[in-house]
Amino acid sequence: MMTVAKLCEVANLCTIVCPEPEREIKGAYCGDLLSWVMGRAKSSDVWITIMSNINILAVASLADVACVLLSEGVKPDEELVKTAEQKGINILASDKTSFELAKLIGALI
Amino acid sequence: MSESVTFRFEVDGSDFTSAGQASVLVKKHLRQLGIDPEIIRRVSIAMYEGEINMVIHAGGGEAFVTVSEEDITILLSDKGPGIADIDKAMQEGYSTATDNVRSLGFGAGMGLPNMKRYTDSMDIKSEVGVGTDITMKVNLI
Repeated sequence: MMTVAKLCEVANLCTIVCPEPEREIKGAYCGDLLSWVMGRAKSSDVWITIMSNINILAVASLADVACVLLSEGVKPDEELVKTAEQKGINILASDKTSFELAKLIGALI
Repeated sequence: MSESVTFRFEVDGSDFTSAGQASVLVKKHLRQLGIDPEIIRRVSIAMYEGEINMVIHAGGGEAFVTVSEEDITILLSDKGPGIADIDKAMQEGYSTATDNVRSLGFGAGMGLPNMKRYTDSMDIKSEVGVGTDITMKVNLI
């Protein structure tokens, strides 16, 4: 079983905040339009996005994704990190492009 | 559950960052009632889309979520500008949201289509200049 903590280690991702490290990963979804993500992402997906505003936390929580993976070197602000921790939402980050990350995750799960 | 339960929420129209609070609360309440997780996911996403619409377009409004033995009913009510062309608004990709809203990742024209996608029935009553009432149902049996 692939978990958020394991993915982080194997794929060498940066852990921004990880209150639920043992959450299982079953797939991945790439997208930056929030409604599109809510319409298409599945429960327990890794959500790869360049969006880092506070609204992504509600989307991540409601769509029930395993974690948010900020791609392309996007840096979250302090408020996002604090709120994610309170709400129990995992956030990872990487300098790689969304495509490279999707390819990497695809090979691992 | 022998009787129905109704939750009422006010949606604050001035604050984009707090949008989603009602949906997250609904999610919590439904979980406490022991509702199936996939149903909870559908209800809370449909409600979040409605909540965002009320913040973007209507300056806020009210939401009522009623859980009965047969179904969950979400009523979203606002006194905003109304929807001029409902058929157009239901098309994926059609949006009247501003650039500012789009820069936050909203305004993709997927809100109403998602609400329809995730519920078993949806009814829109809207009058330009008066407001909009949307009723959505998700079947439990």
